[in-house]
Amino acid sequence: MEEKKTRSRKKKRIRPSDCYLGVLLALMYLPILMVILYSFNASKTSVVWGGFTLSWYEEMLHDRGLLQALQNSVVLGLSASAIAGVIGTLGAVGMSRVHFRSKGMLDYLILVPIMVPEIILGMVFMVFFSLLSLPFGMTTLVLGHSAFCVPYVYMMVKARLIGIDKSYAEAARDLGARERQVFFDITLPLIAPAIASGMLLSFAMSLDDVVISIFVAGARISTLPVKIYTQLKTGVTPEINALCTLMLAVTIFLVLLSGRLQKKKL
Amino acid sequence: MKKRSKDGLLIAPLYVFTLLFVAAPLLYMLALSFMQRAEVWGVEAAFSLDSYRKILQPVYRDTFVESVKLAFTTTFLTLLVGYPFGYFMARLPAKRKSLVMLLVVIPFWTNALMRMYGWMILFRSNGLAEQALLRFGLIEDSLKLLYNYKAVLAGMVYALLPFMVLAVYSSAEKMDWSLVEAAKDLGAKNWQAFATVTLKLTLPGILSGVILVFIPSMGLFFIADILGGGKIMLVGNLIRDQLMSTRDWPFAAALSVVLMAFTMLFIWTYRKITHSDELEGLL
Repeated sequence: MEEKKTRSRKKKRIRPSDCYLGVLLALMYLPILMVILYSFNASKTSVVWGGFTLSWYEEMLHDRGLLQALQNSVVLGLSASAIAGVIGTLGAVGMSRVHFRSKGMLDYLILVPIMVPEIILGMVFMVFFSLLSLPFGMTTLVLGHSAFCVPYVYMMVKARLIGIDKSYAEAARDLGARERQVFFDITLPLIAPAIASGMLLSFAMSLDDVVISIFVAGARISTLPVKIYTQLKTGVTPEINALCTLMLAVTIFLVLLSGRLQKKKL
Repeated sequence: MKKRSKDGLLIAPLYVFTLLFVAAPLLYMLALSFMQRAEVWGVEAAFSLDSYRKILQPVYRDTFVESVKLAFTTTFLTLLVGYPFGYFMARLPAKRKSLVMLLVVIPFWTNALMRMYGWMILFRSNGLAEQALLRFGLIEDSLKLLYNYKAVLAGMVYALLPFMVLAVYSSAEKMDWSLVEAAKDLGAKNWQAFATVTLKLTLPGILSGVILVFIPSMGLFFIADILGGGKIMLVGNLIRDQLMSTRDWPFAAALSVVLMAFTMLFIWTYRKITHSDELEGLL
């Protein structure tokens, strides 16, 4: 131990492992930085740099199709993560308490939506919703997105519940609290950070999703990623850069927020 | 008894939701794959193995083989690059560790399309990467870095690397490093200690990373679309086309069933080897 300490003190030089991490992180972020950089580029083709401008942001704010897609994406993300928040939380709490024969099966099935390739989920929902003759639109989008958001909340709350000392709830019961009170006064506050970060992750994943949306959105409605996808295939304007930059800012905010929530100790 | 029925109510929404929107659609997919395409529109509920036979036709079989090859190569490369990353990351001092963690998680949460787009800006002809290489005299002519197989492969590795890194990190983080020390004290050389101890203890992370990379890489059709310029056809693209343009739904379902079988085989193997239900670093 002693020897190790002096050794590490001697090694003030940059280690090869740090270089490796640094270089890879730089490579990881270079494309993202390019998107941000060219959102401020006055030249329309993103090959040459034509000076700094904010006009693409301005144009974005006047693009009604884009704003509609933004609104759709936000409504969709909020609805899906709200549904996932309720179903996932109640489910995780319930599953920690009851035992029944098909429990193992259910536990496995819940995670299926985040295990299978997204394309299968998209495909399956498209044919299934047509079978039910549900009209494609916001409803089908919300249902499809909820399917892969529920597992995130469920897993996070489940993990948190394992870490909670059972004696808290028992103490409350001994002191005469009813089940409702135990849930709302003890369990819920303890798992709240996990619910919140599960919902944040759900929102981010919903905002990220293009595959499932393409299959269940139908012809009349579009989300931001679907819009970006179509433009990438046909031809991009720097407006998309501006939009991506904004989405990145939102994502970073969500990641930081979720990190803070998870750090809260029990 | 009363308490029990109330707890049962808690899982009711999850139960119903899972049966209705996970189990039922998947069963329908299975059923659909044995049906027939109707002459004009839709499907006919007559039992048939045509769709599965169709997969064996050379055109489609080749697509499948190509996809699996690409998925294997992608997985191998992400493991090669991502393993050291996750390993080194776990050995960082606490403060820097959480910073690097944050930096890895951000791309993981970021829209994959946006990252592909940045990749395009960087590597398109006359883009920054090419200009830099030209300036330093490393190349003389345009490289045509985009719209080919290698571009799709690189894009896949780039998109899926965070999954591998997080999986490996998660098991390296939990590892008992004193075991490595013990091996060294007993006379193992560095590489021996790594091969016999570290590699074995991080195996769950490796396997989990392999699953989290291999499975999506079979289906990420948009990467093949954007970076392959429409020339690269993967199972994902095939399913999409069968659904959206050719409208042969039973065939699309059969393809999905086979893809699903791959997925389940992988997860089953993982469970057999690690005796664990949860994938490392999934969250």
